[in-house]
Amino acid sequence: MDSVRVLIVDDSSVMRKIVERSLRQAGINLAQVLEAGNGADALGVLNQAKVDLILCDINMPVMDGLEFVQQLPGIDNAKGVPVVMITTEGSEGHVVKALSSGARGYIRKPFTPEQVKERVLPVLAGNQ
Amino acid sequence: MSAINPNPVTNESRQSWIPLLEIAAREVFERMLESQLTSPTNSVIEDGLDITSMVGLAGQICGVLTVRCTTASAVLMASKMLGVDASQAGSEMWDAVGEVCNMIAGNFKNKISGMGDGCMLSVPTVITGADYTLHSLAYSGKIETRLLFEGKPLIVSIEVHS
Repeated sequence: MDSVRVLIVDDSSVMRKIVERSLRQAGINLAQVLEAGNGADALGVLNQAKVDLILCDINMPVMDGLEFVQQLPGIDNAKGVPVVMITTEGSEGHVVKALSSGARGYIRKPFTPEQVKERVLPVLAGNQ
Repeated sequence: MSAINPNPVTNESRQSWIPLLEIAAREVFERMLESQLTSPTNSVIEDGLDITSMVGLAGQICGVLTVRCTTASAVLMASKMLGVDASQAGSEMWDAVGEVCNMIAGNFKNKISGMGDGCMLSVPTVITGADYTLHSLAYSGKIETRLLFEGKPLIVSIEVHS
């Protein structure tokens, strides 16, 4: 697999670091890791940089993950970039909302590195 | 374990949530910190539990989920979550214990049938210090589980408002 530029969006800096570590443990070669603490900041990052994958929390201040995903079609650098939601909101309703908003995958917190691998690799391979 | 319907929210049904709360906490520590919580054999001493993380629940159930621990435990949580030495993790302890509380709250509500979609979580708040009293305007009961994290006390509780 080629190296991947990833944007991790979560209001917890600890969680952003855990997600990055889980991606590395999944064997994903990370060329660049960009971070944002909420959806609005993430849109700002995407106005400046291209990425290959976005991992995004739902419950965040300022702009939540669902609104962020809905705004992505208006960002040139985000066109075709897969989004995987990583969140404590793991109910069926939230999963449906996230997927219908444009997310390609969903990971519930708490998660294991193995679960991250199972959900992210197919998305990167374009299978989901 | 099978899901439990939260309605009606009686004291009896609340008591049935205690095992789910314990499982929710254990799963968070196992998956995110690679640490097994244990059950205390003696009564848990509350002295020194000077870190309190709180997450509000609103919807089908209104209340507050709290996680209480010592400062040393909070630093150790950050250390384990980040995979760094405890000496490098102190500045992240509030974020770590807040996120632990948030994940326990989310994991707990997802284990109760119908509550996953019918209950929202607030962002976490972390209080430092033990000399405070929590006043609720519509307090109607509390459940808690007392566990040990690396041998140190950890109290997870939910104060139900309605």
